[in-house]
Amino acid sequence: MANAVLTIAVDERVSARSTLQKLLVRPEIGALVGALVLFVFFAAIAPVFLQPSSLATVLYGSSTIGIMAVGVALLMIGGEFDLSTGVAVITSALSASMFSWYFSTNIWVGVAFALVVSLGIGFINGWILVKTNLPSFIVTLATFLMLAGLNLGLTRMIGGAVATPSVSDLDGFDAARVLFASTIKIGGIDVNVTVFIWVALVVVASWVLLRTKVGNWIFAAGGDANAARAVGVPVNKTKIGLFMAVGFCGWILGMHNLFAFNTVQSGEGVGNEFLYIIAAVIGGCLLTGGYGSAIGGAIGAFIFGMANKGIVYAQWNPDWFKFFLGLMLLLATIVNLIVKRRAELK
Amino acid sequence: MAKFSWRQGVMALAVVPLLTLAACSSGGGKTETSNAGGGGAVADTPRLKVAMITHAAAGDTFWDIVRKGAETAAQKDNVELLYSGDAEGGRQAQLVQQAIDQKVDGILVTLAKPEALKDVVKKAADAGIPVVSFNAGEDQSKVMGAITHFGQSDKLAGVTVGQRLAAEGIKHPICVIMEQGHVGLENRCAGVKEEVPGSEILNVNGADMTSVSSTVTAKLQSTPDADAIIGLGAPFTLTIVKSVKETGSKVKVASFDLNGELAKAIEDGSVEFTVDQQPYLQGYGAVDTIWLNKVGGFKVGGGQQVYTGPAVVDKSNAVDVSKFAQAGIR
Repeated sequence: MANAVLTIAVDERVSARSTLQKLLVRPEIGALVGALVLFVFFAAIAPVFLQPSSLATVLYGSSTIGIMAVGVALLMIGGEFDLSTGVAVITSALSASMFSWYFSTNIWVGVAFALVVSLGIGFINGWILVKTNLPSFIVTLATFLMLAGLNLGLTRMIGGAVATPSVSDLDGFDAARVLFASTIKIGGIDVNVTVFIWVALVVVASWVLLRTKVGNWIFAAGGDANAARAVGVPVNKTKIGLFMAVGFCGWILGMHNLFAFNTVQSGEGVGNEFLYIIAAVIGGCLLTGGYGSAIGGAIGAFIFGMANKGIVYAQWNPDWFKFFLGLMLLLATIVNLIVKRRAELK
Repeated sequence: MAKFSWRQGVMALAVVPLLTLAACSSGGGKTETSNAGGGGAVADTPRLKVAMITHAAAGDTFWDIVRKGAETAAQKDNVELLYSGDAEGGRQAQLVQQAIDQKVDGILVTLAKPEALKDVVKKAADAGIPVVSFNAGEDQSKVMGAITHFGQSDKLAGVTVGQRLAAEGIKHPICVIMEQGHVGLENRCAGVKEEVPGSEILNVNGADMTSVSSTVTAKLQSTPDADAIIGLGAPFTLTIVKSVKETGSKVKVASFDLNGELAKAIEDGSVEFTVDQQPYLQGYGAVDTIWLNKVGGFKVGGGQQVYTGPAVVDKSNAVDVSKFAQAGIR
């Protein structure tokens, strides 16, 4: 009898884990350590980095990546990724601006139209994916190219130039600017509203992932789609929904671009999709799906923002930025891997 | 094969001296160049910190020349130059914000996307930091509170090229745009069209030279009545020259901007002429303007923009210009 009791006691599946161990298996732990190291590093070599107004600039830079990284991280946990996000942001901004300008409507009509367009792009991405079973790489590469072409072609066709006409005189512009592109004073420092939107999105996404049924569906769909289907998870709907969530994030960022700068350059956005993916991967999301967190994506975006801005504050030659970015991506993913293996062994 | 045989050893011994021989080319390698303007006297004014923020992607020869001009002026004027750039308007604005955070003594900025930079440039002016715009944005510079603007009007440069082509009896030139949707490039072609109404625009993908070459070849083959072709940047013109030679077409080649290779091509006659916007002057002038402003409150240009181009380079002056172009300052 004593023997049996002993067996139960050492069964690792039911033994209580220490808080440290619980912390170590979190997907974002590697990124968190990396972020702290980078912060201390830049604070040490560039004192101007710690100045409140500089931190606000860093946070703003991070938020423009981070808002998208929230959606992209969720999508990657769900086992897919999206190459069309960079240009889809510009598509959204263009739709709002061109629609309101061409029909001389209140800008909010354009904003609503852009939301429909963005969600629609997400829906189409997801729908083609589940109908054809093609890899998301191919499907979204196709939409990326098509959107890049549409952005340029339609903008020139409707507006006659490659940048949209300024919409700052339309009704409702000022109110929309307050929502999407204003600054809020905190302790005398202007903090861009995107920082707060970013934080709110991360909170909502984390809650959905960890506390709701939909969150379980996302992990299940990304972990093993067939097994998930077998236990009744609506995998197709989940994936389409995730693409639409990415579209929603793209809409927010697109509106920020529009209201911060009044006009939109139709050729921009190309290449940004990789920044969002990099943020999610640094933050601990696996390319194979089923693992990751929303807060990880946020930390990844913050690391990106710190590196991007820190190099300028440190007055280094920006020629080297991409090299450091690549190195950081590599180190972050290796650290993630090691931490995860160690934690799982214990 | 894992073993290292004596044959391989002998081979290796035979190859090593060959490598050392091959390392000594009689010409065409790196040669020592003197640093133009460097090593001279330095101003005894207090050290200034000036940020130069462009919309250029890294690795473009044009911007190397701008930067060289700026660095030369910085060296003479006892200025610490912080160079950075981002092709995307929003991120370029963030770089300007960072310069404000760093409390620099002056900001030099290209206004290729004026709407994106409007607020932040105003912020700099409000913070008492003198701003000089250069290269792009001559129309917005004054409104946005810059002291002056150094650059060339793209439209004017286009008109200059157009006039010259018209004088040579050209009726149907092709204007090759290498970055679809770039306002400055569109203006250059519009300027040409103003003088030569028969001109036509060809869009190519400038990020991929092989595609530039094949698209130009295809266009030349399908447009037998074309009598001139215009490249909007030196490296693109040189690619166009190759395509023209390959197709055996008789079209004349004209260009915008300049580099060492293009100067040689003008010397040997494969390119008729180019209009140079003298990027070195843009960098040099912008830095010097900040220095003059700090030293004596001077307003270079007297509230007007300073034109750095167009300066025509053709066979008559190509030899002289070529010398400077090889040194990387033209």
